[in-house]
Order: sequence, then structure tokens, then C-alpha cells
Amino acid sequence: MSELIRLSAAELGAAIASGETSSVEATQAYLDRISAVDGEVNAFLHVADEAALEQARAVDARRAAGEELGPLAGVPIAHKDVFTTKDMPTTAASKILEGWQPPYDATVTARLREAGLVILGKTNMDEFAMGSSTENSAYGVTRNPWDLTRIPGGSSGGSSAAVAAFEAPLATGTDTGGSIRQPAAVCGLVGAKPTYGGASRYGMIAFASSLDTPGPFARNVTDAALLHEAFSGHDPRDSTSIDAPVPPVVEAARRADVEGLRVGIVRELSGEGYQAGVLERFNESVALLESLGAKVVEVSCPSFATALSAYYLIAPSECSSNLARFDAMRYGLRVGDDGTRSAEEVMSLTRAQGFGPEVKRRIILGTYALSSGYYDAYYGSAQQVRTLIKRDYDAAFEHVDVLLSPTTPTTAFPIGERSDDPMAMYLADLCTIPTNLAGNAALSVPCGLAAEDGLPVGLQIMAPALADDRTYLVGAAVEAALREKWGGDLLSKNAFAV
Amino acid sequence: MSAITRDEVAHLARLSRLALREDELDQLAAQLGEIISAVAKVQEVAKGDIPPTSHALPLTNVYRPDESQPGLTPDQALAGAPAVEDGRFRVPQILGEQE
Repeated sequence: MSELIRLSAAELGAAIASGETSSVEATQAYLDRISAVDGEVNAFLHVADEAALEQARAVDARRAAGEELGPLAGVPIAHKDVFTTKDMPTTAASKILEGWQPPYDATVTARLREAGLVILGKTNMDEFAMGSSTENSAYGVTRNPWDLTRIPGGSSGGSSAAVAAFEAPLATGTDTGGSIRQPAAVCGLVGAKPTYGGASRYGMIAFASSLDTPGPFARNVTDAALLHEAFSGHDPRDSTSIDAPVPPVVEAARRADVEGLRVGIVRELSGEGYQAGVLERFNESVALLESLGAKVVEVSCPSFATALSAYYLIAPSECSSNLARFDAMRYGLRVGDDGTRSAEEVMSLTRAQGFGPEVKRRIILGTYALSSGYYDAYYGSAQQVRTLIKRDYDAAFEHVDVLLSPTTPTTAFPIGERSDDPMAMYLADLCTIPTNLAGNAALSVPCGLAAEDGLPVGLQIMAPALADDRTYLVGAAVEAALREKWGGDLLSKNAFAV
Repeated sequence: MSAITRDEVAHLARLSRLALREDELDQLAAQLGEIISAVAKVQEVAKGDIPPTSHALPLTNVYRPDESQPGLTPDQALAGAPAVEDGRFRVPQILGEQE
């Protein structure tokens, strides 16, 4: 086992920069690790192998030529299969895109390459990012490295499992209702949902366009901040991209000082339905922040109670429209084109065979919510709830700098437990959804293991839009204090620790 | 309780261009009824003159400068096509010529 894979991304980047090691050596170490453990974890849909080594050689050559490179240059990364990559297949874990090789790179992909990050491969996910367990992938389930009988979270479950199993030091994800923060929490990682519009959606296969946000996974807060900074910032190719500087997340992660910070605990994101061990770790983190000089108050956000309902109308509505592009005509799967069927018949057969059950369920639900006669009652009402949620945040942020809650109501649940019960599955995103509806920034940081099952618990830190740095500041303070208490990383306690 | 009938699901499937099987229609009718009655909770709080929010950001349309830029070559654009003929996408019959 190579020592290189124990290093944080920042440490590895520094070791490559100083010439202590090379990107080729680090990339090979991770490829070896993937071939040793991914049979059990199934985090990757595609491993780049030679293409990854080629990227690594190119970065080493850029450095040898004297080029000024960023702090993550040469560091390997796992890339969620929802981002287009012109040198690797992109499927969004759907049969409808099996084997598709996009003709262009997503902006996030292009920025990873510019920063010199080496893409190891593409990670598994819930099909089209619809799910909370990665069980909705058309290519098999991914397993949680803490307990292989449990889910790694979703939809970015391949990314979270890859980082937790030391198959990559960093990974990308996308968060529409919690798809970065929830898998980060249940795998003992740091995961951030940046402010909506903070990072480009160009080339990111759309699920719900008004909610989808790319973001980072890492083993610690500083690494997450470095990755956040590497791929964020204005992109003229995304009309919802914010034309403003990237919040100073790296600086905040290094400062980690919460003295005098005003912290609000969201009353509605606690209580019945929450696992005792989750609440215990959450309350400890709050007490910890208080001992570090933060001023803690309880805050009420009454409309958060309706956020889940609003989300399961808005997201399926947008998905039913976005997924209309998969029409069997220009790319992807085509079924039943035998010369006797019309384009419409071929389209309907292809979509029925190419999409999995959850995707079909959401397309039908969205089509229903947008139907004439039901539009005002469902989609219209959900949009009004969205306004109420924004108002709750605005009112809360008049009095506090950040809001806290558990990231998830429970720890990782067993594979198969909720797969036949959509409503039970949807509850996994109870705490993360309000942030997406309002477009704010949030981050999940590990805060310990639940007493009953020994599985990771995540602390969610929410901040106003464009104040992403506050989430990193608080996350880093909690992380530093807990590392001292634990005598190291939480991840070192998992079965795949190296 | 918002019951959704099997016929309604079949209609929605036609609108969505999904050729669903009989058993899928049955299963979806039951599940959608349950989901819809749960999410209908939005109607209890969304009352009166609350303005709707469709998007987290105030959206304005963005135009790029009207300058020609390199795009995909025809070969690149056709590379992922299910069927190609004479440098074009070949698609099943769209108009009812044979009727």
C-alpha cells in the first residue's frame, strides 16, 4: 500500500510541487488502490487507467517546463458521471446513455484539467441524480466503505464511497436536494453545496435546473475548499452563473476561528424521526462551538416543514421537462426502429426501456404537477412555499451568521431497506432540501459516530447566498477541535482506512 | 386523499412519451396517489398573495456577442447518433407518408 494515498489533497499537491513525488506516481498509486478495492465498493462506472496516466504525465511535463501551477496540480480526482468528459464515457448511470462519449467537456471538467487535477474515472450515482442511495443506478449499487451492507448515500454515492475507501483524495458531486451533503455525511466526509450559480452547470446533465449545483467532496475542510475554488467562478456559457468573485473559502478554512460568531439552531430540523445517536453528536458539536466562543441561539424556520413537499413537486416538474431531450434521435439509445414504427413510437419505446423506475416515476409525477387543471394547485403552490422558505432564511440571517442542523435524520441505512418505498427514501433529504430551494450555501462536516451503529454523522452548516466562506470557517473550527479529541481523522476509524 | 387512476397514469405516460407496461401503470397509480397526497401539504401553507419563486436568482437573459465561434464538426455532432445517413441524422418516419 502506497503511503501517498494517506496524504490529504493539499499535502499530496505540495509533495508533487516539491518534487518529492510526481503526479504519475500518485496516479498509479490510486489506480492500484482502485483495482484492489473497487470490486467490493463499486464506486466507479469507468476507470480511466491509461488516460489518467497520460493526464498525469502532461501535468508533470507542464511543471518540468516551469509552468506556474495551482495547489492541486497533479492530484488525482474521481469525477461524477453526470459531468461530460470528451475522453471518457458519460452515462449519468442511465441505460439511455450507455457508452455515450460526449463531444465536449463540461466547464467543471475543463476547470479540473486547467488546475492540473487528474481524472481517475467516472463515479456511480443514482440515475440522472435522482435518489438518495445510489441504488437507482442502472449499473449496480455502490457500497458504503464503513459497512458494505449499507448505502453510501446519493445521488453522488460513487463519489463519496471512492473518497471514503481511499480510492481518490477528492471527488466532484452535484447537489439538487442534498446529493453531496447527504452522501458526505453518511460516509464521514466533507461535502459542500456551493451557492446556486457559484459554479457552472454547463455540461452537467440537467435534472432540476433551478436547483442543480456542482460541489466538492474531500476528507477534510481545507481540501474541499481548494477544490471548490478550483472549479467555481463565472462562466459565460451558463446564464445562471453568478458574475462575482468566488467567496474566500480557502482562507476561511485556514482561519477556522468562530469567536463571536452568531450560530442559529433550526428548531424544525430536529426531534421526532431523528436517530438518537445523530442528535447526540449534533448537540455535542453545538456545545463544542459554544466552547470555542460562538454565540448559540435557537431559531425557528416554520416553512421548512413544507420544504420536502415543495421539492417533490418542483424537482420532478423540472425533470419531466429536462429529460424530454432524450428522444432517441441524435444520441443515446434507440429501441424498436425496425422501419415500421414512427419516430414517436420509437421515442416512447426507447424512453420506457432506457429509463429506470425512479426516473419514470418522477417524469410522470412532474408531468402531472404541470398538467393543466393541476398546475396552480401543485407547481404554483410549491413555488409559493419556495418564497416562504427564502423569507425564513432571510429573517434568520438577520440575527445569526450561520444556521446548523444534522445533515441527515439517520445514519446510512441498509441497502434495500427503502428501495420499494419512495416516500421513506425521500425523507433522507429532509434537512438538506431547504438550502437548495433558497439557493444558499451549505456544507456537511463529520461530527462523530452514532453510538447505536458506529456509523458517521454529519453536521450541516448553512449560510446566506455568496457567504460560502462562513460554512468553511465553521466546518474547519469543528473539524480542528474534533481531530484533537479523536487524535486524528474520523476516516481512520473505517474498515477501508489505510 | 388524491387517488390517481390507472387511466390517468396511462394518459400522463402518453404525454411523457413513455411506453409503460401494464404492471408499471398499476404500480405507478398506487405510488403516485401516495406521493401526491403527501406533497399536497403545500396547499395548506401556500395561501393568498404570496408571490411564487421559480428560481433562486433573479434571472435575466444573457446574450453572447454576435461573433462566429468554432463549434462541433459534422463528424463530432454525428458521432453519438443511433443512425446516420449522408452526413445527417437518420430518424424513423415522422410524417404519415405511408398512411
